[in-house]
Amino acid sequence: MTQFITAVLTSLSSGAIYALMAIAIVLVWRSTRVINFAQAGQAVLTTYIGYTVIQRTGSFWLALVVAVISGAVIGAVIDRFFMRPIFKRVKSGPIVMIAPVVATLGLLGIIQAIIGFVWGITNQSIEAPVSTGGYKIMGTVIAFSSYNLLVLVFVAVAMLLLTLLFQRTNVGLALRASAYSPEIAKLSGIKVDSVRTLGWALAGAFGGLAGMLYIPGYFLYPNAMDLLLVLGFIAAVIGGLESLFGAFAGGMVLGFAIIFSTTYISPKLFFPTAFIVLIIVLLVKPAGLFAPKKSRGA
Amino acid sequence: MSLTVEGLTIDHGAIRAINNVSFKVGQGQLTAIIGANGAGKTTLLRTLSGLKEAASGSATWNGSSILGVRAEDLARSGIMHVSDGKSVIAELSVKDNLALTGLWRKDKKDVAAATKEVVELFPILGQRMNQSAGSLSGGERQMLAIGRALIARPRLLLLDEPSLGLAPLIVEQIFQTIKSFVKSMDLTVVLVEQNAMGALKIADQGIVLNLGSVVLTDSAENLLNDPAVRSAYLGF
Amino acid sequence: MKKAGKVHKPTTTRKRLLLFVLFGWLLLILGDRVGELELYQGSFVATYALAITSVVLLTGYSGQLSLGQSALMAVGAYAGALSIFNAGWHPVIGLIMSALIAGVFGLILGLVAARLSGPYLAGTTLALAISLPTLANQFPILGAEEGIAFDVGPAPARFGEDFSQYKWFFWISALASLIMVFFIVNLLSSRYGRTFKAVRDNPVAAQLSGINVEQLKVSAFAISSGVAGLSGGLLVMLISGVSPSAFPLSLSFSLLGAAVVTGLYNLKGVILGGLVLVAIPEIADSLVSRIGGSDNLTTVLPGFLVSALLILAVVFTPNGPGHLLKKHH
Repeated sequence: MTQFITAVLTSLSSGAIYALMAIAIVLVWRSTRVINFAQAGQAVLTTYIGYTVIQRTGSFWLALVVAVISGAVIGAVIDRFFMRPIFKRVKSGPIVMIAPVVATLGLLGIIQAIIGFVWGITNQSIEAPVSTGGYKIMGTVIAFSSYNLLVLVFVAVAMLLLTLLFQRTNVGLALRASAYSPEIAKLSGIKVDSVRTLGWALAGAFGGLAGMLYIPGYFLYPNAMDLLLVLGFIAAVIGGLESLFGAFAGGMVLGFAIIFSTTYISPKLFFPTAFIVLIIVLLVKPAGLFAPKKSRGA
Repeated sequence: MSLTVEGLTIDHGAIRAINNVSFKVGQGQLTAIIGANGAGKTTLLRTLSGLKEAASGSATWNGSSILGVRAEDLARSGIMHVSDGKSVIAELSVKDNLALTGLWRKDKKDVAAATKEVVELFPILGQRMNQSAGSLSGGERQMLAIGRALIARPRLLLLDEPSLGLAPLIVEQIFQTIKSFVKSMDLTVVLVEQNAMGALKIADQGIVLNLGSVVLTDSAENLLNDPAVRSAYLGF
Repeated sequence: MKKAGKVHKPTTTRKRLLLFVLFGWLLLILGDRVGELELYQGSFVATYALAITSVVLLTGYSGQLSLGQSALMAVGAYAGALSIFNAGWHPVIGLIMSALIAGVFGLILGLVAARLSGPYLAGTTLALAISLPTLANQFPILGAEEGIAFDVGPAPARFGEDFSQYKWFFWISALASLIMVFFIVNLLSSRYGRTFKAVRDNPVAAQLSGINVEQLKVSAFAISSGVAGLSGGLLVMLISGVSPSAFPLSLSFSLLGAAVVTGLYNLKGVILGGLVLVAIPEIADSLVSRIGGSDNLTTVLPGFLVSALLILAVVFTPNGPGHLLKKHH
């Protein structure tokens, strides 16, 4: 029984982190139709920035704020000064599909190299702001701590804010319109390029949040976020890439599948589970669980 | 306020879509551009609204050049393009579709007033406000697309094939509505149509486009009575 | 846009065969003249060139973006290792099994892949790349973390006493790669192969003209997997054993990068691609020792160079260096 409760709770907190990364990927995909592999680099960079803030001030909370803000700034800068020029240059031919992916992979390598050069390649660690010791249930210590709870609360609040932004504000409407139909948005007078940059900034902020919440308990090194990026991407694909709710659901599905298979079958099944869940979902729904139904007549 | 196009040439990949086209549309005039499929009509409109680059030539609205200006800036300066067929965002509600052209406008009171006028013009939209645009019929989508453009209080309206894929009765209704609001709002309109008859009936001026070149420019009335035009484009 | 009326002068298969034999013969002569290190590096160049061929075939010719080539290489590597180490088969049969089993695996995967578009396929192959090698840990027969040996043995005695192990590696990898690439080049220039391009450039038109797009995509996936499998077998031959860590995700990324750098749409660049992958760590090393950089710099420079090259390639020669040359002429 305690094992089951533990599994449920850890699934929730793992899934929440995957969901954050999945949302970062979906935000960029919706705004520019790019799978941003550099997100792993961006998130690790902002976490290093947060790490530096902690070194100087000792405050995790200040570091979290700085990481989220710098994530937004870095995301916007990458879109404005890196992706946009590439899109302008590479307009035709079959490379159009591949170029952005390759460009973000290249950018990932560059960011990681720069981080390694500036901060070194040895493992660093970030101390969690609250206890990481597991709670006690019926006398047994379980693998779910105050920190895991904190992560859950943070992800819930971030999701709520993002949903409000998208559904209740003018900026949100512009973001949605530009994602679904950049051309109609432009013809309606919406500055689609700026809206896209905003999408990248939001994604960067979510990546920054994901990094700062993920690293306590793990180590910080230039490639620390690669795995999270892959899992976030898989979660995003499971959710259908288009929908923010889908990304959240995809993260949770992945979290539960991984934790339950590693708890009850074999701890070695971590990665195979991710693949199997993805394949099953895509075989049933080739465009993911929450792909919007398109009913465009023309 | 007039639209002047001179020597406009547009390439579509390796193909020359529009070749040395010139025409003028006076203030408050409705000009119909007619021609067969592939005559370059849509390419011409897409260039005038900033979606496509021209190879050479000029196009001015109100005395200033509109070539090379971004689509969203042209939209904000009063040039509204309703692109081909049913250009609505299917995933958004009718209300949200209508709101798009009001997002950037400072005068929110006027946005509300314009929205009210549009709903009066197309009452069916009022009943469908909270439905997704994807659930609308073809005619309703066309009304929504035109309504969205009108909320921006445009001065120049570029309409691309509003009759495309609609039942004859609906086509008639759409054309009559266009005619009525163009007069009441004193709009300048370029209407691109394959349905030459319907378009010329409500137009002041007509331009016949064939394989990217202007073949004929005349008053709509003369074109309707021109035997060559009748046999080639009107089918009788 | 296609130039109409371009004179198509087909190189006949026989001419091409002659060319490949000549090239192979040159390589073997060259193999006699260089040192052991060069032979070893040359073997890697040939192996990587073959792996890049599989990427060019799948992504360049059939338009399916796969991030999982390293997983398919792993399948080939394990299949070959089991054939040689467990079944005790001849190394040549082992390498053929590498290609065959990976091809069959790719066929199954291709059936799934053909239903998926762009990012969904990328995501699936990415998941495959991280999960498949770790699956080996599950089965004792695959040797878990330590892996299993992949030993092709020394060169046959009739080649003489001073025929070194590295030269033998070079012979095997160069010849196997040449034969495979020859097969692929012929396939692509056949009527069947040309439909790949038609499907990539305009799937709708291809479908309308009666091409079975899905079937073609599946077969491209299967063939590409077979090529990747052989290169996987060769790779673990060079490092004498196969283990999950031999096929990291970064290998898939490097191969895709090399394919883009040397031209995603032609096979002529694959040797250059192999050279680039082998040369970059060397260049980085010599750069660091020349400017006297720190340990940090030594570690990060190869990654930096590969990434920078990737970005430059996308920005300046998105359709490959060959395309750039053509434009200037």
